[in-house]
Amino acid sequence: MSRPYVKLPAWIEYGLIPIANVAVAFIVAGLVVLLVGESPVEAAKLMLYGAFGYGGGIAFTLYYTTNFILTGLSVAVAFHGGLFNIGSEGQAYIGGLGCALVALNLDTVLPWWVNFPLAVIASFVFGAAWAFIPGWLQARRGSHVVITTIMFNFIASALMVYLLVGMLKPMGSMAPETRTFQAGGQLPKLDWLFTLFGSSLGGAPLNVSFFLALLAAFLVWVLIWRTRLGYEIRTLGFSPSAARYAGMSQTKVVVITMMISGGLAGLMALNPVMGDQARVQIDFPAGAGFVGIAVALMGRGHPAGIIPAALLFGMLYQGGAELAFDMPNISRDMIVIIQGLVILFAGAMENMLRPGIGAAFQFVRFRPSKDVQAEEPR
Amino acid sequence: MADPAIELINIDKSFGAVRANKSINLRVDKGTIHGIVGENGAGKSTLMSIIYGFYQADAGEIRVGGRKVSISDPNVAISSGIGMVHQHFMLVDNFTVIENVMLGAEQSPLLAAGIQRVRDELKRLEREHNLEVDPDAVVEELPVGLQQRVEILKALYRGADILILDEPTGVLTPAEADHLFEVLKQLRAEGKTIILITHKLREIMAITDAVSVMRRGEIVATVKTAETNAGALAELMVGRRVLLHVDKGPAEPGAVKLKVEHLSVRDARRVKMVDDVSFEVRAGEIVGIAGVAGNGQSELLEALSGIRRAEAGSVRLLDREIDPIKGADPGALRAMGLAHVPEDRHHMGLVLPFSESENAILGYHRDADLGRGVFLDPAAVRRRAAREIEDFDIRPPDCRLKTSNFSGGNQQKIVLAREMERDPEVLLIGQPTRGVDVGAIEFIHRRIVAMRDAGKAILLVSVELDEIRSLSDRILVMFAGRIVGERGPETSENELGLLMAGVTSQEAAE
Repeated sequence: MSRPYVKLPAWIEYGLIPIANVAVAFIVAGLVVLLVGESPVEAAKLMLYGAFGYGGGIAFTLYYTTNFILTGLSVAVAFHGGLFNIGSEGQAYIGGLGCALVALNLDTVLPWWVNFPLAVIASFVFGAAWAFIPGWLQARRGSHVVITTIMFNFIASALMVYLLVGMLKPMGSMAPETRTFQAGGQLPKLDWLFTLFGSSLGGAPLNVSFFLALLAAFLVWVLIWRTRLGYEIRTLGFSPSAARYAGMSQTKVVVITMMISGGLAGLMALNPVMGDQARVQIDFPAGAGFVGIAVALMGRGHPAGIIPAALLFGMLYQGGAELAFDMPNISRDMIVIIQGLVILFAGAMENMLRPGIGAAFQFVRFRPSKDVQAEEPR
Repeated sequence: MADPAIELINIDKSFGAVRANKSINLRVDKGTIHGIVGENGAGKSTLMSIIYGFYQADAGEIRVGGRKVSISDPNVAISSGIGMVHQHFMLVDNFTVIENVMLGAEQSPLLAAGIQRVRDELKRLEREHNLEVDPDAVVEELPVGLQQRVEILKALYRGADILILDEPTGVLTPAEADHLFEVLKQLRAEGKTIILITHKLREIMAITDAVSVMRRGEIVATVKTAETNAGALAELMVGRRVLLHVDKGPAEPGAVKLKVEHLSVRDARRVKMVDDVSFEVRAGEIVGIAGVAGNGQSELLEALSGIRRAEAGSVRLLDREIDPIKGADPGALRAMGLAHVPEDRHHMGLVLPFSESENAILGYHRDADLGRGVFLDPAAVRRRAAREIEDFDIRPPDCRLKTSNFSGGNQQKIVLAREMERDPEVLLIGQPTRGVDVGAIEFIHRRIVAMRDAGKAILLVSVELDEIRSLSDRILVMFAGRIVGERGPETSENELGLLMAGVTSQEAAE
């Protein structure tokens, strides 16, 4: 027997509840800080200042946000199709390979603005190809994508180490990474945007991939809610039997959805590879693929939710790093605890506060009134 | 007058703005069978959930055996002697009968003592109530009727004096239902009180002593069953007179639109569900397939609509050969002029979390007029939905509303509207009125007959014999995957019932 479903207005559903969840996460995190013997208020101030207080901080926050938007979108697209893609990490890693192949071959030949779209295509295609295999295995063989994508993360990791050490590393170098790309393989930083506001990047790697992420968010919205394919993806996600009834090919939709998901993860590689380091390093995604799962959950799979969720995690990454630097008692691991708490309360336990908030809303909004139809809860 | 077993006084319950129960007063006498009827959404299940402690009433009081009780959760209900048999059984399928009965009443960490106690108790219940069931059988291997008996035994084991049954016959064959009624009568004879929730008036008339009719959250009447009749009850349920019979003229069959020859279908477990079936449906006629659920009708419909692959046989749709073995694409069949109202609207016909307008295009989402190229135009989708809403009087008339918020009857209308509005040549309809209230049934039946009169070929599958008999021009009876007979619509219920049970008329005559 299910509980009666009362629809809450959008500002509660998508505004108040997520904010309340994050607030609870921060209160618990504050208690942890208190336990370590530091002032939570002081820590919060440092964190916020580190993330938003000055130009460089903001730029770093947005740099991380870029990664998380793209991996968050990747996970979200798969979610809509009822697929739990845990493999964004590996797909981003392999996407970096596609990106690197463009940069390594063309960086001295063509300018960045030609290489950029080529690298976008290459990283998307490589990420999509890496997701194609688990997608196909799911659709045709029934191998669960959760299992296969996790395994593909390990395979991607091993493959990239092999390629970086054995093939892509320049002769004579001790570091398992590609050579540094020349100007044609580097994406321009967004200095101009910050000078516009009388600030400066301060060496932060924020680059044009940020706009790519925003564009991708818009395109994902169009795909999911404005195309026939998006309609099929959502139908399959909610009800595979209805999809079959409607004549949709489950194989086709699963494979395409996984490829789009993988492609979006692949795009994330542009940001660190061509936008920041100008080379491919071992494990450059650094967990962004996994953060994407939390971002997608928190953002309810909608781009308009994913962007603020990505910003929150960008803030935690950047502000957290500054906090660890300024408060010696708070180590990097403490920051991971705080991030974990946010994931716990905003992702895994997102329904914890809903009944209470829902009941409070009903109490305020509805006093028993006459002339309403009876409805039998099913 | 007998003592009341349970009394409800001024029970009120709201969900948000919706008042599901309004000042309910109900008195059920000890040792009687009391029926509660009402359309879907009338508040029957809510009321029973309040009695059983799933919900708390906003106001009012409950008295059991004359004593006021506050039923805060099902445990209180159980200790007050109230037992409930749910429409969807609450059994652990891979547990044995004993384990299921014991569940939640183990009493000690080690099970051996409990198992022995349950075994003894089951023997006693079997002796006293004639409720025979193998205590060591695994529940999923039992027929549905026996599973239901386990539910009843569970309630009795916990000492229930008042037994609530929610739509108990929905899943039963007619024979099983009859048997259930025998059991209920016997329980009544032993002094148990039974509350029977149903929307089947025939059951009310057959077995209850008194009946309460619910409408829009209120009890509009409580009468002695002996002093009323089905027509009067139906009228009370919907608040106006309903036609229980469909007005339709004689059929004028035209050309063959659907021809099925030697079709055989196996299900996922490789069991042959459809076995060498041949028939044809002509333009302007309704061919009904009667049968107890699970005799291959579902698989037949799925094979014809391209959802399931057949093993052998051929299908001719509108003079074109389609390959049921390779499995035709449901989308391509739709484009050819085949529409399909699936039996299970919740899992196939609709995507419940979708808005109404999104469901209005399910299967037709590739239509050229719904957008350009790869894009869907939301305005065009809503326009189509709005037209269907108006045409089928779907309520509430809001195509942005989530489909799960529509009542069962209106959900079914959404499916029918979608499939009929495309003006198909051949229409496959499965269980058109399952879980649909009386008012909507009448509407749906009229639309089906109108399609026939417009010269469409209609194949109707239903487990409701009344529906088959009142709509069909020809009736095919399916039993164990085979078509065991063809009859006219005037055939007696008895004869059809025998055929459905696999008894041929010859055997019946002997």
